[in-house]
Amino acid sequence: MRYMTAETAEAASSALAAEPGLARVLAGGTDLLVQLKAGMIRPDLVVDIKKIPGIREITAENGGWRIGAAVANAELKEHPGVKADWPGVVEGANLIGSTQVQGRCTMAGNLCNGSPAADAVPGLVAADASVTVVGPSGTRVVKVADIPAGPGRTTLAKGEIVTAIHLPAKAARSSDAYLRFIPRTEMDIAVAAAAVSLTLSEDGTITAARVALGAVAPKVVLADASTIIGTKLDDAALAALAKAAEAVCNPIDDKRGTIEFRTSTAGVLARRAAVIAYNRAKGVK
Amino acid sequence: MALDDQKRAFKYVGTTPNRPDGVDKVTGKAQYGADITAPGMLMGAVLRSPHPHARIVSIDTSAAEAMPGVRAVVTGKDFPAVEDQGFADIGETCMARDKVLYDGHPVAAIAATTPAIAKAAIRAIKVEYAPLPHVTDVDEAMLPDAPVVLEGRALEHVPAGMSQNVTNTCEFGHGDLEAGFTKADLILERSFKVGAAHQGYIEPNACMASYAADGRADLYCCTQGHFFVRAVCSALMGMEASQLRVTASEIGGGFGGKTTVFVEPVALMLSKKSGRPVKLVMTRDEVFKATGPTVHASVDCKIGMTKDGRITAGDMTLRYSGGAWPSGTIEMGAQAGFAAYDMPAVRTLGWTALTNRPKEISYRAPGAPQAVYAVESLIDEMCQQLGLDPVETRLKNAARKGTLSSYGVTFDDIGMVATLEAAKAHPHWSAPLGPNQGRGIAAGFWFNFGGNTCVSLNINADGTASVTEGNPDIGGSRASISLMAAEELGIPYDNIRTIVADTASLGYNDNTDGSRVTFAVGLATIKAARAAIKVMCDRAAAMWGIDAEAVEWIDGAAVPAGPNAGKFPPMSLAEIAAMSFQTGGPIAGHHEVNVDGAGVSFGVHICDVEVDPETGHTLVTRYTVAQDAGKAVHPTYVEGQMQGGAVQGIGWALNEEYIYGRDGRLQNAGFLDYRIPVASDLPKIDTVILEIPNPGHPYGVRGVGETPIVPPLAAVTNAVSRAIGKRMYQVPMSPPRIMTTIKGK
Repeated sequence: MRYMTAETAEAASSALAAEPGLARVLAGGTDLLVQLKAGMIRPDLVVDIKKIPGIREITAENGGWRIGAAVANAELKEHPGVKADWPGVVEGANLIGSTQVQGRCTMAGNLCNGSPAADAVPGLVAADASVTVVGPSGTRVVKVADIPAGPGRTTLAKGEIVTAIHLPAKAARSSDAYLRFIPRTEMDIAVAAAAVSLTLSEDGTITAARVALGAVAPKVVLADASTIIGTKLDDAALAALAKAAEAVCNPIDDKRGTIEFRTSTAGVLARRAAVIAYNRAKGVK
Repeated sequence: MALDDQKRAFKYVGTTPNRPDGVDKVTGKAQYGADITAPGMLMGAVLRSPHPHARIVSIDTSAAEAMPGVRAVVTGKDFPAVEDQGFADIGETCMARDKVLYDGHPVAAIAATTPAIAKAAIRAIKVEYAPLPHVTDVDEAMLPDAPVVLEGRALEHVPAGMSQNVTNTCEFGHGDLEAGFTKADLILERSFKVGAAHQGYIEPNACMASYAADGRADLYCCTQGHFFVRAVCSALMGMEASQLRVTASEIGGGFGGKTTVFVEPVALMLSKKSGRPVKLVMTRDEVFKATGPTVHASVDCKIGMTKDGRITAGDMTLRYSGGAWPSGTIEMGAQAGFAAYDMPAVRTLGWTALTNRPKEISYRAPGAPQAVYAVESLIDEMCQQLGLDPVETRLKNAARKGTLSSYGVTFDDIGMVATLEAAKAHPHWSAPLGPNQGRGIAAGFWFNFGGNTCVSLNINADGTASVTEGNPDIGGSRASISLMAAEELGIPYDNIRTIVADTASLGYNDNTDGSRVTFAVGLATIKAARAAIKVMCDRAAAMWGIDAEAVEWIDGAAVPAGPNAGKFPPMSLAEIAAMSFQTGGPIAGHHEVNVDGAGVSFGVHICDVEVDPETGHTLVTRYTVAQDAGKAVHPTYVEGQMQGGAVQGIGWALNEEYIYGRDGRLQNAGFLDYRIPVASDLPKIDTVILEIPNPGHPYGVRGVGETPIVPPLAAVTNAVSRAIGKRMYQVPMSPPRIMTTIKGK
C-alpha cells in the first residue's frame, strides 16, 4: 500500500485516477482506518487530502457557508455561524460516533462513504446543499442529494473527490432539525432518520419545506413536503407528513430493524423533526 | 464454624482500601494477554469457516507454507486423538476435524514472522467444503427431521425417537402437581424465548505459547483459571501436566467466558511445529463468532395461584442449546428456576439440543437467568391479573430456613425474605411514576460454589506477609484476600502482598467462577494464616520458655494465655519474624482444601423504565439492587459486582442477542450491532447490601458475583410490560418487538 499527501485537489485527483488498483481518500479516516484495520479493504493507494489549502476551513460564501471537505464535525459544533443557521445539519453531523470520532470525522467523508444510514446526509439534503467535485475532467458543483447511488456507492467517477460542501444562505424565519432512531442513546447507527428544513411566513405559515429520510431506502430519500406547506403544522398536517414519509420508505429487513418498524419510525421522526424545526424557525426554544 | 467468628468486630474486613493492582492498571503497566512477548516470537492467525455446517473435503496449505516468513501451519490433523470426551469437544471447538459446525469454526492456523504475513498466508489456504443443512434455533433443532449437528451424542436416558440433536434431559421437583393446580384460583401457562448473550468482556482472548525442544512448554494467557487451561491443553497436546506451565495474565473481563480455551492449544501446536514462541490474539469479530456466548432458550412455564397469592404448583419445561456440542447448563437452569420459592408442588423438566452455533461457555450464573426470567415474569402477570402486590406475593411464597427447595436441598440461613423486605422498604418502591413509565420487580437466586483451593502464606522477615494464591483476580479478589489475611494476622492491609502464582508454583485451584474466590480462597487464606500464627505462637513460646498451648494470638502479637502462662509483654508479628532465622527458619502457613459450604445468595431488583409509545425506545430511569452478600469483605467491590451484574442483565433484556441469518451466519459479530449498554443508557444503579452470614465461612462470606445477573431479565420485562400495558414474552425486548406488542400483532 502506498500513502501520499496531496498538496492540491488536482494532484489528489490525478493520483487517484492514475491508480490501477484500489485507491482511497483519507480525510478524517474514521471509516477508512477502521476498514483497513479490520481487513475489510486492502487499498493499493491512500491519498491524504488534509494538506490541500482551504480544505480544513469554514468560510462565509454568498450568505451561506463553504465547509472544506476535511473540516471535522466537532468544528461545526463550535462554529457559531454555521450552528445558528443550520442547527439540524450540525446536530446530525455530531451524532456520528463518539466525541473522539467527532473530532476527526467529516461530513464529506460521511457522504462519500455511501452509507444509507449516514447521519450527516439527510440534513444536508434537506438544506439543499451542494458539493464541489474536482476530477480528471475538471470541477463541477453537484447537489448533495445526487452523490449517493446506493449502499457503499456514489455517483463520483474514478479520480473525483469532494473538496467542499456549500450550505445555502439561510432564509428569514427558517430553520432545520434532524432526528434519528437508535436502540441506545449514543454510539450507534441510525435505524431510521429524518431531517426537516422549513421556512415560515410572518404569520407562521410554512412557505417552503424539504424533508429528507435516512436509513429507510438504498439512499437518502425526499418525502413529499407539500403535505405541510401552506399549513401552520397542525395535527392534520403532521399526520399527512408522517404518511408521506412512510410512503417513500423502501427499507430492508435486517438485524437493526424490520421494514414495518423502520417505516413507521421514519414517519414518527419526520413529524417530530418538523415540530422542532418549526419551533426553531419561530424562535421558540 | 464458630458463631462468635461471624459476630466478631472486624478491623480490616469491611473497609475499602485501594486495590493492589490499581496503579498498574490505570497507568497502563499491567500486562494483559496480548502484552506478553518473547524473543523470536511469531504471530499467529486463524482461518475460519464461512459455513455454519459443512464437511471438510480438503485443505490445501501448500501455497501458504511456501510463503516467505511462514514458519508453521496447523490443522485438525496435527492434534492427537483425546480419550476424555469433554476435552475432545473443547479441542474440536479450537480446531475443526472432519466437519465445521458453526460460522467461524477454525479450520487452520498459521504462525509467521509478522502479522501481515500470517494474514496473507491465511488467505492462501484453500479449503474445499461440502455444505450441509444447518439449524441454529433450539426449537427447530429438536424437531425429528432437523439437520443433525453431531451423531451419537445423546445420553442413555434421553428417550428414543427424538432428533439426535437432543443430547440430555433432566427433571427436578417434588409434591403432587395435579393436586397443587386443583387448589389454584388462577392457572396461567406462557411460553418465553431468551436470546444468546455474549459475556462482552473488553479484552479479546489472547495468549503466547512457547514450546521447547525438550518437550516442556510455557503458556501465558488471559484466563479465569490457568490450572484448568493446563489440564485441557496438556491433554490436547498429549503431554504431561507437569511439563506445561501456565501463567495467567491480568484479565480484562471474563464473566465466565474465559473458563475454557479457544486459542491456547492452537498457539501451543504452532509453537511446537515452528520451534518458536507464538502469540495468538483474537479480533473482536473472532471473539463474537468463535468464543462461547450463553445458551439460548425456549421455556414453557405454568403456575397455579390462589386469589390471595399463594403459589400452589409450578411446572416448567426448559429447552436450552449450548451450540454444536453437548452442554450441561440445562441442569443449573432447571434447578434454579423456582428456587426462590417455597413450592408445595413443583417440577422442572429440562432438554438440551445441539445447534450450529459456537460452543456455549459460562456467563454469570449460567442457565439461571433464562429459567428465572420465565418464573418471575409469569408471577408478575398473575399478580396483575389478581390485583396483588408483587412484593407481598413474593414474601408470601418466599423460601426460608428449612424450606425444601425446588432442586432438593433444604435451605439453611438464607436471605430471600430479607432482600424482599429491603426492596419493599426502599424509597424506590413507593416513588411516583411519570407518563409512559412502568416499574418491575423480580427476584433471583444463585447456588455459589467452593471447590479446589490451595493457598500459601509466607511471613517475611520484615514483618509483612505474602499470600500466594492461584485464582486470576477478576473482580478485586487480591484486595479481598489481602483484607482477610490482614484481619487474621492482625497487621495492616498495606503489609500484605497477594499474588496469583503460575501452575508450577501451587497446587490445583479451580477456575475463578461460581462466585467462589472470595469465599473459598478467602477461607483457605484464613486457614493458612492460622497455620502461620500457630508457628509464630510456637516460636514465641520457645523464646519465652513456656508451653506452646499457653500462647494466644491477639491483635497481631503473641501473648501469654492468662496469668498462669507467665508474665511477658506481647511479642508482635514483626518481632517474631525478625527472629525467625534464629528460631527455626522461615515461617509460613498453607491450606489445601476442596471447599464445601458455599451459601446460596438471593437478590431482588427494582427497575423503572420509560417507553416511547411510538418507537418502542426504552430507557431505564431508575434501578435498585438488594442482595444478600454474607459478610461484605470489600463493600465497594461487592457493590461493583451487584451493579455490573444488573447492567449486563439490562443489556440482555433490552438489546443483546446473537442474531443468525437464514444462511446460518452470525449477523452481528461486533459491538455496533451487538449492543451492550453504554454509560448514557443507564441510571445510577443503587445498591442495598444485606449481610446475612454464611454458616460455611469463618467470616460469613457468600459469593456475590453471579446472583445480580439473574433478576434483571424479568425486572426489566415487568417494567416494560406495565409501562405499555401489554405483556412481553421474549428477550431481548428490541424496539421492533416492543412495537409489535404495542400494536397487538
